[in-house]
Amino acid sequence: MIYLDYQATTPVAPEVAAAMRPWAEEDFANPHSPSRAGREAAAAIEVARGQVARGQVARAVGISGGSVAFTSGATEALNWALKGLAENAPADRNRIVTIATEHAAVLDSCDWLEGGGFDVVRSPVRPDGIVDLDSLEAALDERVLLVAAMLVNNEIGVIQPIMEIARAAHRVGALMLCDAVQGFGRVDIPEGPDLIAVSAHKIYGPKGVGALWMRDGVTPAPLLHGGGQERGLRSGTLSPALCVGFGAAAKLASERREADAAHVERLWNAAIDALGPGWIVNGSAEHRYRGNLNIRRDGLDGARLISDLRDVAFSLGSACASGSGRPSHVLRALGLSDREARSSIRLGFGRYTSESELADACRRIDATARAQQGLAA
Amino acid sequence: MSKGERIYLDHAATTPVLPEARAAMAEALEHWANPSSPHAEGRAARAALEDARRAIADALGWRHEIILTSGASEAISLAARGAKVPGRAIGATEHDAVRAAMGRAKVIGVTSDGLIDLDTLDSTLAGAPALVAIQHANNETGVIQAVAAIQERVSAASSLVLLDCAQTAGKLGLPEADFIAVSAHKLGGPPGVGALLVRDLAKLQAVGGQEKGYRRGTENLPAAAAFAAALEVEGFASAMQRLTPLRQLLDAEIEDAGGIVIARDSPRVPTIATYAMPGVSSASQLVQFDLAGISVSAGSACSSGSMKPSRVLQAMGLTEDLVSSAIRVSFGPETSESDVELFVTEWRRIASRAASRAA
Repeated sequence: MIYLDYQATTPVAPEVAAAMRPWAEEDFANPHSPSRAGREAAAAIEVARGQVARGQVARAVGISGGSVAFTSGATEALNWALKGLAENAPADRNRIVTIATEHAAVLDSCDWLEGGGFDVVRSPVRPDGIVDLDSLEAALDERVLLVAAMLVNNEIGVIQPIMEIARAAHRVGALMLCDAVQGFGRVDIPEGPDLIAVSAHKIYGPKGVGALWMRDGVTPAPLLHGGGQERGLRSGTLSPALCVGFGAAAKLASERREADAAHVERLWNAAIDALGPGWIVNGSAEHRYRGNLNIRRDGLDGARLISDLRDVAFSLGSACASGSGRPSHVLRALGLSDREARSSIRLGFGRYTSESELADACRRIDATARAQQGLAA
Repeated sequence: MSKGERIYLDHAATTPVLPEARAAMAEALEHWANPSSPHAEGRAARAALEDARRAIADALGWRHEIILTSGASEAISLAARGAKVPGRAIGATEHDAVRAAMGRAKVIGVTSDGLIDLDTLDSTLAGAPALVAIQHANNETGVIQAVAAIQERVSAASSLVLLDCAQTAGKLGLPEADFIAVSAHKLGGPPGVGALLVRDLAKLQAVGGQEKGYRRGTENLPAAAAFAAALEVEGFASAMQRLTPLRQLLDAEIEDAGGIVIARDSPRVPTIATYAMPGVSSASQLVQFDLAGISVSAGSACSSGSMKPSRVLQAMGLTEDLVSSAIRVSFGPETSESDVELFVTEWRRIASRAASRAA
């Protein structure tokens, strides 16, 4: 099996699994207990919190301070930020501005808030997938509570101009929430956001844990009430194993930053070479995290290609939306027709992908696509 | 701009229900009986329904049969399924309702002006007799087809014409055709009612039920009465003379501002026009106009902000640049010169904003 679905999830790094093992196998204490074992678990979580915070903000010029709260994942972090800020919103700020190509965790939360009376503006994107700043800025005025924009798109990998978006938001006194799930540990998180949501399992960590970074003084109302953990902002017993795994993954991503980036660049070039002509890259190839190769081919049936190549794991787009049969909202926002969207596939690769296996998979994808269309391989 | 001051330029999507139609609907709701019941209440409702039907016929100048339906889509579907000819053909720029109802129909191409290509029509008609579905005026470009010439050729080939008049009924005089589909909510009546006008019922397969056996379902008397009232007050028809120069003014202003008038030289219904703003996507324009308090539309917009390129403009062979930067502006009976001026001002603002970012 050649795994090319790194945007859906990434393999757990061996270093991460090793760091988690004692907390999974032996040390079972509740980190919120005053017992010695509990205090040890709490200390391990604080170390992990520091690792996540540093991994997240170390490279961002001008971001200092702030705090990291662990969550069950980025979906919770995004729900919390959006709904918690909406709950505390002043009466005259009832508009949320976002982008049409955001992840469902943001768009569906916005739909939910819209049902509660918020005015939601979804900015369109240009054909290359980058937000149309004219319409985004046209939506900004003193009524805006929050602008939510993602750093790296999960389906097409394009990098949004977060710094410009944050500046525009701050000019009208609005806050800026950045979904950095696909960018964390891969590209620099620019200066500007007031809240940042991240997830462990996209950076070679475990599933079931994520975090919300909040600038000092920015606190959304809690989504989960209960034991008052995480300074009363997010109740629920934390998992030392998951938090430690997240911390180890963030530390590793930080240490391997240059090596990982150079590897991904080589992989991108190898994939483009092996695919050959006839493929079109969806979204900007330039403003992009290059571990995401979303491509289409005239007349291709992407779903059939996936079932024809059972030992290569790739997808049609977002894993969350797969199986719905609906063409991707991201590809449609680029202006692609339903047919073009259905002839698109997403290849995702990273740290543990070898150049040779990727080239092999791409050659087979190309050959199978040609065979499907009755062309000679 | 605060709410209430918004400028609505999307009347081709739907237009406000006229006060007279609302009043007629409220009054008809008093006749709560089923028009097909034999008792006194039912007979009174039947009489009111037939009055409404007669009023609709008079206002449209139609001397043949009228089957009341739930809207133009159902009217089109009735004709598409029931017309007693074996073949089916449609124009390349037809509304989705026609494309969906006509199934695997032959497609008749259009010229770059949006007009049915008569040579392709002739070769299509060379086959077995067919039902040929054509729009009177296109819902995106406003282009008016040469209906008389088309009907003549179709009749000569023993085929039948289904004319989609959703955008022209109550606005332009109806031409003669074998079948005509109309809708109330595009002309100031309520949504949920329309009609199939039939020249000769013998050409249509009966299905049983109400409407002389050509449509099943309890008749919607309040909606039919409101439909009739909307036609009788001529809300649109009386405004057309004023809207014609207003649209010419808008065309000229758009061209002056560097925009492009789609199908500029074709005959077009004064209520509908499509304009391209080169370099600025339709979606971007829609959002910016909306935020400035102006409602317009594009090919087919969906709530997520996603946009499909307009099939109509593609069928006309327009370049991708034009297709992707086109928006539709459609007038209602109350549209004023100041509405048009404010729209043009905003148009110039959006265009210059894009130009300054590109620079």
